[in-house]
Parts: sequence; C-alpha cells; structure tokens
Amino acid sequence: MNAGPAPLSAPLSIRRLSKRYGDTVVVDGLDLQVAPGHCHGLLGPNGAGKTTTLRLSLGLIGADAGDITLMGHTMPAEGSDARRRVGVVPQADSLDPDFTVRENLLTYGRYFGLKPAAMAARIPELLAFAGLESKADAPIASLSGGMKRRLTLARALINDPELVFLDEPTTGLDPQARHLIWQGLRRLIAQGKTLLLTTHFMDEAERLCDVISIMDQGRVIAQGSPRELIATHIEPHVVEIFGEGLADWRNWAQSRCRRCEQVGETLFCYTDTPQAVVTDLENDAARAAGLRYLHRPANLEDVFLKITGRDLRD
Amino acid sequence: MINPALAWFPVWRRNFLVWKKLAAPSILGNLADPLLYMLGLGYGLGGLLQQVEGVPYLNFLAAGMLCYSVMNSATFETLYSAFSRMHVQKTWEAILNTPLGLKDVLVGELAWATFKSLLSGIAILVVIWALGLQADFYMSLALLPVVILTGFCFAGLGLAINALSPNYDFFLYYFTLAITPMVLLGGVFYPPSALPDWLAIAAAWLPLTHAIELARPLVLGQWPSLPVWHGAVLVAYGLVGFSAALILTRRRLLR
Repeated sequence: MNAGPAPLSAPLSIRRLSKRYGDTVVVDGLDLQVAPGHCHGLLGPNGAGKTTTLRLSLGLIGADAGDITLMGHTMPAEGSDARRRVGVVPQADSLDPDFTVRENLLTYGRYFGLKPAAMAARIPELLAFAGLESKADAPIASLSGGMKRRLTLARALINDPELVFLDEPTTGLDPQARHLIWQGLRRLIAQGKTLLLTTHFMDEAERLCDVISIMDQGRVIAQGSPRELIATHIEPHVVEIFGEGLADWRNWAQSRCRRCEQVGETLFCYTDTPQAVVTDLENDAARAAGLRYLHRPANLEDVFLKITGRDLRD
Repeated sequence: MINPALAWFPVWRRNFLVWKKLAAPSILGNLADPLLYMLGLGYGLGGLLQQVEGVPYLNFLAAGMLCYSVMNSATFETLYSAFSRMHVQKTWEAILNTPLGLKDVLVGELAWATFKSLLSGIAILVVIWALGLQADFYMSLALLPVVILTGFCFAGLGLAINALSPNYDFFLYYFTLAITPMVLLGGVFYPPSALPDWLAIAAAWLPLTHAIELARPLVLGQWPSLPVWHGAVLVAYGLVGFSAALILTRRRLLR
C-alpha cells in the first residue's frame, strides 16, 4: 500500500542552506541533522532564522542554496510526498473557527486524503490525547488558549506523522497549559516520534530536548545535549547579586570569579567555586550589607545569553 | 492516496461544509438583493417605459440581474470570504502544511466561488421561471453554462485582487473601479446600443458585457450571436485572473 522510503537515518537533513531576502541573509550556510526519535530543539533570538528554516524544510519556500532532505525526499521538489509523513504545529492559531473540534480534525485529515473509516478510528484517540473528549462537538470559540494549542497538536498528528515540527508550541500559555503540552510531547517522544521544536523557553528546551541547536544570524553556533551545552560553554555555578553597594562589590567579585557580567542592576558571577563568593556575601557585613543574592546552578539560559549576547533583537 | 487532479477537492469541500451551516441566511442574502432590484426597477421603472428591445422592461432586465447576481456572488466570495480564510483565519497556511500545495488551494477556492455563484444564478433563474420571464423554458436552460462561465470569470479575477489586497478596505477600489462601471455600462439596465459609440467600445472590453450578450438572448428566446467569442472572453478573463492569482498569492504567502 504505502510505498514510502524505508526508515531513514535522518528524518531531516539540511546541508549548507542559505536564504536571503533582499540584502538580509536570514539563513546563512546552515547545517542541521535531526536524528530519528530525538526531540531536537532549535533555539535562537528573534530573527535568528528558526521559522524560515522550518518553512524551508517543509518546502514552502525555496532556498537560494543548499540541500534539504525531509523523510527521504528532496525538498522542495518532493514537498507533497514529504509533508504526507510530517505534522506541523504552526506558531499562529490556524484552527477553523467555523468548525467544531471534531470537524477541525476531520477536515484536516481530508487534506491528507485519509479515508473516513481511518479517521473514525483515529479521531477518538486524538481527542483523548489532547484531553478534549468532552469538547468534541464544541465550537472553537469556546476553547481556552491551552485547549486550542492541544487541538492544534492533535491536528498535526492526524496523519500519524513520523516527524512533527513545532513552532513555539507553548508561547502565550499559562504554566498549567504548558505542562499539559509538555506531557503530550513526552508521550510522542516515548512513542518514538521525532520532534523538531523551536522555543524561546529555555526550561522547555532543557526539559524536552535530547539535542539543542542554538541559532544566531542564520547559522548554528552551538549544538549538543542541554547538559553538554552547559558543561562546554559555561561555568557550573551562578551567583546573581543585586542591591545597594553593588558598584563597590563588583571589583572585588571580579577578582574572585571566572567571569562577571553586570546587566542593569544585577551582577552575574559565573564560577566553579561559588562558596567563596557566598561566604563573603554572608560574612562581609561592611561591604555586603545592602546586597541580596541568589546562588543557583548554571542553566541553558546562561549558555544562550552568553553565546547570543544580551542585546535585544526586535 | 490522493489523485493529484482532485487534490483541490477537500478545499472545495471545506468551504461547502462551512457554507452549509449558514446556508439559509446565505441563500436569502443572495436572492434578496437582485430580487429587489428586479422587482423594483422592473415594475417601477418598467411602468414608465415602453417596451425595451421589443419586450417588457422586466423581461429585458432579467438577464442583466442574473449576470449581476452571479458576478457579485463570485466576487464577494473571492474577496471578503477568501481574504478571511487567507489572511485572518490562516486557513490556507494550515492547508499548505499538508500534502496540498498552493495551486490546490486556489483551484479549490476557484471551484468553490464558481459553484457558489452558480447557486446564486439558479436562485435568480427560479425567480425568472416563476414569473415566466423567459420566452422558452428549454432555451433558458442554456443559461446554466453561461452562469458557470460568468462565475468562473469573476472568481478568477477576484482571486487576483484578493492576492494583492493588504486589507478589506482595498476591495473598495475594485468595486469602484471595476464592478460598478460594469454594472452601469455592461448592459444590465439598458442595451449597450443606447450608449454613445466611444462608451460602447469601452463597455465591450468589460467581461460582464459579454456575459449579458450571452444571457439576454437566451432569456428572450434567441440564440446569442457569436456565442463562442463571448464565452472565450469570459474564459480568458478568468484564466488571466487565476494565473495572476497563483503568481501573486505565491509571492505573498510563500516567500
């Protein structure tokens, strides 16, 4: 029946990809391999080229240079065949407001040429997956933001895809709704599906992703597991210091820590030996009287800010 | 597997299913406007007129109202409704993430707008038949292909305008610069021969003029002169519009 290509080493493989709009280079010689069964995170500041990379990968737009293979198909020439085996959760809500929850799934399945019998079996599973069984016949306008996102995720699974693209799937959701989406994504990962996820939430990437590629200015500037990235790029501990008298403290701290960075009214001290700093903050009453501090392990956000910089990109 | 030649069908079907939910008010809306024109002008103005081209004014007006209604229906569907789907609801973008391509989306929209304008045309035809305005019932059945060609023509043109539009307000230009001149100069309300030569020559370029050249004789019991020519003009306008729509929408959405 389905004469698709055999299982592949890389569901998505991108080589030396470039895309420019006018004089602006949006994707600049990008290389990216997404391994099967991995949740692969694509992080980067606004304008780093993440969404353009997704659109290029789906064959929606043509590249200026480079090769893309999606599910074994050359893109964008064989886009239709490749998209048949891929699911997409887009950034903007594109649910059909004139249809109910169930009708949205049915209508979307028809775009894949799915048979009514196949969908009759599939849709209850998807409604259960999204926790929307009781909303099956509800109009879209009656759903909360989290429900809409879950439905969008369920819709992306209608064709039982091997690879799912997720473009900022939890942006704008409250913590409860984010956790529900994460649970869903973890179940997909457990089923062996491959996910390619863009996000601005470092905790999301750290929780879900096996591999993270950090993009800036159209290329991948760092890649590895969250733990590898932290170990490679940053000191293991951070002491954040803020409050009155920070200026006096700063010179002293700089002599004690491997790296210090002041952002606004907060001093970030990156160090292998946080105890020295913390002890002084606790005991040096003369200098540290007005200061408050927070000691925490380094995380992905520290890596991200270190290698992409703290400047605003909008 | 999807037959590539029918890949557009789910797009058509999506629009049909949405329309079905709101069918009653939609049909009423489609029918009320041209019906009021037809009865108001037909009886009101017709009462003041001697016969026009040898028939009562209402009978003369019927073909004009039929074509006007079909044009309006195809135009509104491809401007306001298609724009909502493309720009506001992002329905087209959602579809483009599936195996379907932009051409499938636009062919589906073209087929849908043509179909919807056929429904409008049938509604007017039913009124024409009910009032007995046609000279020959069987000959008036030949109006159905004319309605389809007219709907196709204005659906293709409308999709091109849709692709160019930054917002809903832009459509007003199309109505002011294209639709209104067609309604007033294309022969809806009077025979084009009543116009001075220079204006009649200009009117001959308008697609609605050709639709009426086909429809009016069929209502009045004659075969149109030059049916192939008028049909070809409608098809050509529709195809040019649709081709432009493909290029412009691709440039708009897929860049």
